[in-house]
Amino acid sequence: MQVYVAELHVHTVLSPCAEVEMIPPLIVRTALERGINLLAITDHNASANVEAVMRAAQGSALTVLPGMEVQTREEVHMLCLFDTLEQLADWQQQVDAHLPDLENDADLFGEQFVVDETGEFVRRERRLLLASTQMTLEEAATRVHVLGGLAIPAHIDRKAFSLITNLGFVPEGVPLAALEITRHITPAQARQRFPQIGDIPLIQSGDAHQLAEITGPMVLTMESPTTAELRLALANRAGRSAVLLRRVDKSEAEDKSSTLAPSVYEQESL
Amino acid sequence: MTLQEIVAQLNLTCLTKPRDFSAVEIRNGYASDLLSCVMAGARHHGVWVTLQSHSNIVAVAALLELSAVIITENSRPEQETIDKADEEGVNLFLTDKPTFWVVGKLWEMGVRDS
Repeated sequence: MQVYVAELHVHTVLSPCAEVEMIPPLIVRTALERGINLLAITDHNASANVEAVMRAAQGSALTVLPGMEVQTREEVHMLCLFDTLEQLADWQQQVDAHLPDLENDADLFGEQFVVDETGEFVRRERRLLLASTQMTLEEAATRVHVLGGLAIPAHIDRKAFSLITNLGFVPEGVPLAALEITRHITPAQARQRFPQIGDIPLIQSGDAHQLAEITGPMVLTMESPTTAELRLALANRAGRSAVLLRRVDKSEAEDKSSTLAPSVYEQESL
Repeated sequence: MTLQEIVAQLNLTCLTKPRDFSAVEIRNGYASDLLSCVMAGARHHGVWVTLQSHSNIVAVAALLELSAVIITENSRPEQETIDKADEEGVNLFLTDKPTFWVVGKLWEMGVRDS
């Protein structure tokens, strides 16, 4: 078994709300500096920078999962994680077909840059990415599931774009791999505050729109960095496991090299 | 104000099985598309105006024993959702008008308790 320190919700400069520092080489460097070796790139309704980040990570200890943060018809944000760029391309095509053709106003929403692996400008994404697709949550999750990916509604404890806020509870019969909570709440608090979560696995991530938000709080023990293994780890099955690391020693807080030191962190189950 | 009068004056399309709405008295209403807010804020037996058409609206309406759900801007729910509403005894209505218009009309008609 291998140990993966994971950050599964990271935006790039393609997302209009992300900082301009969110370019492939800086994302990769920051992740590696903080001991993270599993990262998912999840831009809003888009995926054009995923391959660039994968290239930037080539030859390093970092595995980059191709992903997206899709916005459903109910304005619910949902992470979609895949194993291959082919799966992601297929998914992107389906999302494109369901995205309204609105022009982005960069002054209002922010720039949407497609870049290469060095962070060089390639083009601007013309379409407004901060929009709802016409896919329902069920439809989107099912399509992702059919492609072999993981559908994980994002930041369910937020006041906007959240499955729990917008839809009140988790609809039955939707193939959701997990639910994401923010760092503002612990898994135990989330399960207490939202009993409607039931026994669905949780993940916690930084929803990183800037480098400082890439912190990798989740530690996964699994065979390999794939979505199939991730599914097992999140369910704590077949010897795989997922836990959160919580900083306990504040004096070491600035020492980024000690990400996994047991004296600095304690484990918290998801 | 009866639901019958509201349906007639607002020219609402009844999506679920038509019933006798003349005995259903409506005194209060609530408008929001966030179901968590509806669950926390809407009162029993009122009318709920929303453009949310996700099937969870049926469960929320049943939970709160709402007398009617008015779905605005022609945001037609799936047939499955309508069937579920029939099973749960929830009355679903559809209009092409926006929520603002519907709420204004309800206010004019005297439905003013929130």
